[in-house]
Amino acid sequence: MKKLPTWIDILLIPLINLAIALFLSALVVLYIGEDPMDALSIMIKGAIGSSYGWGYTLYYATNFIFTGLAVSVAFHAKMFNIGGEGQAALGGLGVALVCLMFPWPHWILALPVAIIGGAVFGAAWAAIPAYLQAKRGSHIVITTIMFNFMASALLVYLLVNVLKAPGSMAPETGRFIEGARLPTGHDMLGWFGIKFSKSPPVNISFLISLLFCFFIWFLIWRTKLGYEIRAFGHSESAAKYAGISPIKIIMVSMLISGALAGLMGINSVMGESERLVIDSVQGAGFIGIAVALMGRSHPFGVLLAAILFGILYQGGAELALWTNIPRELIVVIQALVILLTGALDNMIRMPIERLYFKMVRAGT
Amino acid sequence: MIDFDTLLQVLDSSVRLSIPLLLACLAGLFSERAGIFDIGLEGKMLASAFAAGAAAFVTGSALIGMLAGIFASIILSAVHGVASITFKGNQLISGVAINFLASGLTALIGQNWFRQGGQTPPLSGSARFNEITLPLAELLRDVPIFGKIYYELISGHTLLVYIAFLIVPLTWWILFRTRFGLRLRAVGENPAAVDTSGISVVRQRYAAILICGILCGLAGAYLSTGIGAGFGKEMTAGKGFIALAALIFAKWKPVPALWACLLFGFLEAIGIRFQNIEIPGVGTIPLQLMQALPYILTVIILAGFVGKAIPPKAGGEPYNKE
Repeated sequence: MKKLPTWIDILLIPLINLAIALFLSALVVLYIGEDPMDALSIMIKGAIGSSYGWGYTLYYATNFIFTGLAVSVAFHAKMFNIGGEGQAALGGLGVALVCLMFPWPHWILALPVAIIGGAVFGAAWAAIPAYLQAKRGSHIVITTIMFNFMASALLVYLLVNVLKAPGSMAPETGRFIEGARLPTGHDMLGWFGIKFSKSPPVNISFLISLLFCFFIWFLIWRTKLGYEIRAFGHSESAAKYAGISPIKIIMVSMLISGALAGLMGINSVMGESERLVIDSVQGAGFIGIAVALMGRSHPFGVLLAAILFGILYQGGAELALWTNIPRELIVVIQALVILLTGALDNMIRMPIERLYFKMVRAGT
Repeated sequence: MIDFDTLLQVLDSSVRLSIPLLLACLAGLFSERAGIFDIGLEGKMLASAFAAGAAAFVTGSALIGMLAGIFASIILSAVHGVASITFKGNQLISGVAINFLASGLTALIGQNWFRQGGQTPPLSGSARFNEITLPLAELLRDVPIFGKIYYELISGHTLLVYIAFLIVPLTWWILFRTRFGLRLRAVGENPAAVDTSGISVVRQRYAAILICGILCGLAGAYLSTGIGAGFGKEMTAGKGFIALAALIFAKWKPVPALWACLLFGFLEAIGIRFQNIEIPGVGTIPLQLMQALPYILTVIILAGFVGKAIPPKAGGEPYNKE
């Protein structure tokens, strides 16, 4: 069968999916007894109606860019890395250790090392599932799920028994020193004399995440390795025939994926909480799945989808504040987006394909 | 060292804790044996636990609660079926979506109905499955060892516990001794061959998913109306994934599934009872290691170092008719 034009594939179909997800969510809101249009306007105003809202939206979006890229890179090699949650948790640990271990004089020195720390720890947590998939054929989905649970047990253990700040009741590390504090949106825009709300946690990690969008685009579409990853993802047997080693591709793509998830730590641990707390990831690893599916595994798509989910998260928090709609509405929307873009894709795609080709035939 | 009474109590609580795992594990067994991966066990259980808790509270009947739970679970099963069988979508992604859908909707609707932060009101009396004292249990209670085992360990569970244990041999019989079971396993191994012999792959897979829904429904109902007294937010707390782990641990076979679930239930019971375990010469085993042990064991099994776990051949693949 002929292919659909790109704009339908990457723009129209995701938008239709989103529209259906929002429509179904609107029915839920209606059922709860609130007005969906009011809810939508509170969400949008709360998320992008002020610099305060934007500050939170972009903070969430930064997390989702990292985890979304992580899932995307694995998708290109036809690996479903469902372990972003655990890899990001370990990445947070790596970032925290870097911040706690040295007497950093300035964030410019601390940030690059923290990036390495987060990436290495995240990649390490993906390494065992990757190795087992590559060498022993153990299903990556199951092993990464198992590693999520192990990561959470490990972090609880470390925070309760090893890393807890002396004298503190809560299972969390002490606050990082001033030299490891990242500049926030308020600080950075202040350098240019632009006013920005002081409270939201958006920080320089957002710019780092944009940089990584570019890196990943370059890697996947402009390098030999990226070509090999995509070739392997399209057809394992063809890739093998062309001399591409499956073991290498599985390992490399999963390590990059884990590293990207781990990088989330610079935003959430170093940028926001400035200490390591229990569950610093808060489901962002799973949202990465929705973001990657919606963004069609393309870094630019991931960026847009991550901002969209940032809006949903910040808007959802505002909604819970002002109405009777609990925060969990976002989880429902997220579930519907994953279901429609990921699993029910054919339900939307097939009628559109039929309609489009009918129109093409009628036109010629 | 621990004494006999403590041991019995730990074993008794192992049995209670292993039941939701066992029911969900057998649910996954039917689905995965038919070639449909199901990582949505967790979500189906959660939806059922909520529906059962809510319906039992409103009607005061645990049985009606159970039926409501099964119904909720079947609805999610149907979503999974439409996505993965009819529209040939990715079964894993569909499972992820179902988990989130259940997590979001139960909290949302729970808050809307009962205004208790997503919980259902506490259940008591006939709104719960109450413990059954087996015949002669009271009488034999004072007989040393065996009487105690009978009274503490075997008697005094809820109806769903005994049903769950009966479902194990039943599952074995259905899968390995009936034509239906043969066909079910065949669509999981080689759907094309089943199709060639004139049997509908689609219908067979939907049947498997329906059974999966019913069993997950029982598992959820047990959580909120059997072992628990009402629904709490996120009350499945990863049990669906431990069940999945048990399924792999048991290499997709019903009787080993029973042992795997009992083992994982036992680990949980020990963790609850002892918190940190002192082993002379080794040191303290932290609680978190006990909690992570089912997952660690499963990864070791998956790695194939101790007897390889090989999933059904056509698992995860939508069937395309030639």
